[in-house]
Amino acid sequence: MDLLEYQGKQLFSKHGVPVPEGRHAATVVEAVEAAEALGYPVVIKAQVQIGGRGKAGGIKVASDRTEAEQHAQAILGMDIRGFAVHEVWVEQASDIDEEYYAAIVFDRSAKQPMAMLSRMGGMDVEQVAETDPEAMRMTHVDPLLGFQDFHGRRLAFEAGIAADVIRPVGAMLGKLYDVFVAEDATLVEVNPLLITKEREVVALDAKVTIDDNALYRHPDVAALSDPSGEDPQERMAKERGLTYVKLDGNVGILGNGAGLVMSTLDVVAQAGGRPANFLDAGGGSKAEAITSAVEVILSDAKVSAVLFNIFGGITRCDEVARGLIEAFRAIEPDVPFVVRLDGTNDVEGRALLAEAALPNVHAEATMLGAAEKVVELAG
Amino acid sequence: MAILVDSQTRLVVSGITGREGTFHSLRNREYGTQVVAGVTPGKGGQDVEGIPVFDTFQAAVTETGANTAMIFVPPRFAADSILEAENAGVELIIAITEGIPAHDELRVYNHLKHGGSRLIGPNCPGILSPGKANVGIIPAQFFKEGNVGLVSRSGTLTYQIGNELAQGGFGNSSIVGIGGDPVPGSSFIDIIELFEADPETELIVMCGEIGGSAEEEAAEFIAASVSKPVVAYIAGFTAPPGKTMGHAGAIVSGSMGTAVAKAEALEARGVRVGRNPTQVAEIAVEILGAHV
Repeated sequence: MDLLEYQGKQLFSKHGVPVPEGRHAATVVEAVEAAEALGYPVVIKAQVQIGGRGKAGGIKVASDRTEAEQHAQAILGMDIRGFAVHEVWVEQASDIDEEYYAAIVFDRSAKQPMAMLSRMGGMDVEQVAETDPEAMRMTHVDPLLGFQDFHGRRLAFEAGIAADVIRPVGAMLGKLYDVFVAEDATLVEVNPLLITKEREVVALDAKVTIDDNALYRHPDVAALSDPSGEDPQERMAKERGLTYVKLDGNVGILGNGAGLVMSTLDVVAQAGGRPANFLDAGGGSKAEAITSAVEVILSDAKVSAVLFNIFGGITRCDEVARGLIEAFRAIEPDVPFVVRLDGTNDVEGRALLAEAALPNVHAEATMLGAAEKVVELAG
Repeated sequence: MAILVDSQTRLVVSGITGREGTFHSLRNREYGTQVVAGVTPGKGGQDVEGIPVFDTFQAAVTETGANTAMIFVPPRFAADSILEAENAGVELIIAITEGIPAHDELRVYNHLKHGGSRLIGPNCPGILSPGKANVGIIPAQFFKEGNVGLVSRSGTLTYQIGNELAQGGFGNSSIVGIGGDPVPGSSFIDIIELFEADPETELIVMCGEIGGSAEEEAAEFIAASVSKPVVAYIAGFTAPPGKTMGHAGAIVSGSMGTAVAKAEALEARGVRVGRNPTQVAEIAVEILGAHV
């Protein structure tokens, strides 16, 4: 789960990471009230899950009430590369002296957390890492030992940051590591990490990703929402407990098991089609789950044909067939379906489908044959 | 021969009294696996269809000589259960549980790497050595004994490829699901190393997917240390960046972990990569056919 900047900053505050004082606003009136309460100048920042907000005009400084109102008016409702802005974060403007970069990431290759620090913050960090790899310093942290003072000190010295802030920046990294562990984050990134004119260390931005599997330990985080980032179909699938990812094609896809579904998308693309979605009906799918999944797939108006690719292990093909028959009874789809059933109880499943003689349902014997057929039907 | 599980396997199941735990334990026993014990705290002294249940792993190991554990408990209890099995001296721990928090997996992995136990999974279908033992949820009816070692991050994709191999007339030495999580207890390299040393295995099929760098690392290892032919498959060529494709580990972040990069890394080191499951089976049959 990716948090919005202000949600990340609220977690930072909870763990003692200094952030500028700010307030959340969803309307122009609220934004102006927030600005008045904080005192000018303030920064009004669009809250969306995408980088490059500043360049898109989603971050503006206001030095009085009129400007605050103007900027809030302009930013709320604007579209930043496909993300509609529904809320802003209004915060006290900071006196910027230097901009660093700090992050705690999950290094899958080393299977350890990794702390990162650079004094070249604020700009495109990936570019810095490419053009001047020495500027980005990193160190692994043993998760059984935790972040030690020396980790922070070493990174700070190696990154060549100003001598007077070596210790405070090191301590800041330690606090970010606390956030990483305590909140079950897989990413905690601060860009820029600010050194103010008063030489204070402040997190001016917050990019935090929380592990979905750990949300049960963080009900407060689980309750946070992001209206800008939610696709209606994805929300519908989530409510039904289905693993669904929306894509931009017209071939609806349902399979069982993440690997097989990914492979099905690839095979459809190889046959010249464009998948409309990823949908994993999961292991042991019962008829109701299949019916529910068909509804989600067809709620995307672009879908012009649907492929069922099932290799039954725990999943029983007769259950899948029953679910499909039930779905046809309930919603009478007007697009063609191609169905490939293999594995546990496949004979029974195919017999059920043959008996039901559903309109516009085509049975195929192989995965490749099914992909070719659905692409042909999708047009 | 086979790897990891065989007729010497003495299995203890954590979570044996749960619905799924009971179902699969009995299925594994029916296949011929020696299921010697179950562990459910508070239910010690009971039995599941004749399989004795113990309160602790320590008691189960002491009483029955169990050497392999299968973890079937819900995600919030799974890390603790794995650590308990390791603490009781179980050599091989196979964690089926899906949805374990990543930080729990990190702690477990970093602890186990100093200890004596090997972890397979979590979020995996288990291990099947056809004709010998089945530990986990792999549907054994699609596989027969043979000389192809199969290692995969995905369950159903393994069944698909295994089934196509069977139709080509070939069977498997062992099938190992390493799981779809970001911190698997065992990597492709760990399992490929075992297949390389297994006399029954003549060909290795590895089935990867987007996310992380395990396939790229395996490519290096194969080039340096594997004499047997390896055929690979990578799922997720059409997956968009930044979207988790079902498995917690299947996510492309930045330029890292794409299917194209993985396929190129493998091919650059002489590993043939099938573009779909059918092609993988065809390549495997071609190589093995030439061997005969």
